[in-house]
Amino acid sequence: MDILNHINYWAAIALAAIGLYAVVARANLIKKLIGLSLFQTAVFLLFITVGKITGGTAPILDAAYEVYSNPLPHVLILTAIVVSVSTLAVGLALAIAIKRDYGTVEEDEIHAEDSAAGPDKA
Amino acid sequence: MSAGHLPILQVAIPLIAAPLCVLLRRPGLAWAFTTLVSWALFAISILLLIRVLADGTISYHLGGWAPPFGIEYRLDAVNSFVLLVITGIAAVVTPYARQSVAQEIAAPRHNLFYALYLLALTGLLGITATGDAFNIYVFMEISSLASYVLIALGPSRRARAAAFQYLIMGTIGATFLLIGIGLLYMMTGTLNLTDLSVRIHEVPDMRPIYAAFAFVTIGVLIKLALFPLHIWLPNAYTYAPTAVSAFLAASATKVGAYVLLRFVFTLFGQEFSFERMPLMEILMPLSLVAILVGSGVAIFQTNLKRLFAYSSIAQIGYLALGISFASTSGLTGAIVHIFNHAMMKGGIFLALGCIMLRTGSVELSALNGLGRRMPFTMAALVIGGLGLVGVPVTSGFVSKWYLVQAALEADLWPVALLILLGSLLALIYVGRVIEAAYFRTPAPEAPAYREAPWQMLLPTWILIAASLYFGVHTEITVGVAERAAATLLGGAS
Repeated sequence: MDILNHINYWAAIALAAIGLYAVVARANLIKKLIGLSLFQTAVFLLFITVGKITGGTAPILDAAYEVYSNPLPHVLILTAIVVSVSTLAVGLALAIAIKRDYGTVEEDEIHAEDSAAGPDKA
Repeated sequence: MSAGHLPILQVAIPLIAAPLCVLLRRPGLAWAFTTLVSWALFAISILLLIRVLADGTISYHLGGWAPPFGIEYRLDAVNSFVLLVITGIAAVVTPYARQSVAQEIAAPRHNLFYALYLLALTGLLGITATGDAFNIYVFMEISSLASYVLIALGPSRRARAAAFQYLIMGTIGATFLLIGIGLLYMMTGTLNLTDLSVRIHEVPDMRPIYAAFAFVTIGVLIKLALFPLHIWLPNAYTYAPTAVSAFLAASATKVGAYVLLRFVFTLFGQEFSFERMPLMEILMPLSLVAILVGSGVAIFQTNLKRLFAYSSIAQIGYLALGISFASTSGLTGAIVHIFNHAMMKGGIFLALGCIMLRTGSVELSALNGLGRRMPFTMAALVIGGLGLVGVPVTSGFVSKWYLVQAALEADLWPVALLILLGSLLALIYVGRVIEAAYFRTPAPEAPAYREAPWQMLLPTWILIAASLYFGVHTEITVGVAERAAATLLGGAS
């Protein structure tokens, strides 16, 4: 079963697609951010599952084991998670500022307000 | 302090300076500190470029760990030149920023503004200096996150909406890059760019490498804002504080172009990118559309910042066009244009900041009769604009000369014609600016605006004068660019 062998790839692709779809299709800024987070997390999953080696153990040197999992993807993704959390925080802060300025977090309503205000007026 | 540590200082100094800046509560102090830092960085980048040109590539091992296991900072003719451009722009924009920022941002936030500005600078310098693929991603996110907030600080509420749109696009781009890097790592087990460039050709199954190439290229093109992935750029540049527009327009897209060069030529290699993958067939039409559409849309803009933002999209088209030729003259043109466009567009946005300071508006109508009221500012704007057109004696002419030459060498004379057509379109939008400033009378109720203060005029004119100087004395810029092009085309080494 080829599909089952690569189940981690399929899961990552499915999650990434769902996330990207939410970013594109949802007008609500918060929902867009949720989609964006999902998209990023899917990529993390892709990285981390690759580090797993069948029969491998945690990478701590010991005479009893010979096969170890690759720890580097985990370290990379730890950094990427920090990036992702910061992005989400900045995004949410912007959404709050937009809510304060426009009174809404719906993209179409923001566009409507902008075009009602005339070109390039505050 | 040993000279051997210069490559890491380039990144470490602004990174450490940023949190220190938050502690400097007095706006003047934060500004002076940031100015000092940017000048120090500029001095370091000059030293680095001199050393690279004299002794060849510098390889710096972070923490003493040898590559490919440790992180390597690798400086050759290409990235030390880009470092010089970025720090040079920062060294000019920071002194200028004081009055512009004082007008557009509330005083209690100035220390935070300068801290973010330093972080954005850290990210851009880090992307350029590093020789590690994952490091590029992390620094790209550092600079992007700082830029989102810098843009959101703009005076209009639309700045927040523009920053949000940029955040979504930018994060998708960076995550695409991350997927690409992940695929490369899976197939090769390394993240060092030099090591990768050797190992990807030893991979038995090339299909993941093809996918990695596609993800990396698209991710970088979003950051570069090449048509049709440019949607975030006009709003971001229009509504950001003027000093931020000037800094980002002159540096951020240049770094995007550099990353594209690095991945396409150093990592994947010219043969892979252009013969096994259809990069030329994709990049060239998109660049030409970017040139024509960017310039065409710019003609119809009434907000000057938006006008020059669309002009940036066209200029990015020229950059990408030079890359798509994959020939020495094409790459020389692209790399020279990185430098020249940074000077011209930086100077133009700084001049717009002067206009904003005095008239409180950057609408085309605010320019009416301004040629007599603010002669120095308007002269800078016009010379910068003529540089975008590519008039001889401006540096814009030099880059276009090489691009046209590259097109003719490749027997693509329709492309050469389209480059010239793009210049004509640029002439129209610059002509509208000249017409408003010099041939229209100011509205009767308009106050008599004074010339901008010298602290802002001087930086503006430094960039404009540099663009004129390097339009006539091309040995330095073209000399370095040719070496950089040779390094890139020289293959993996």
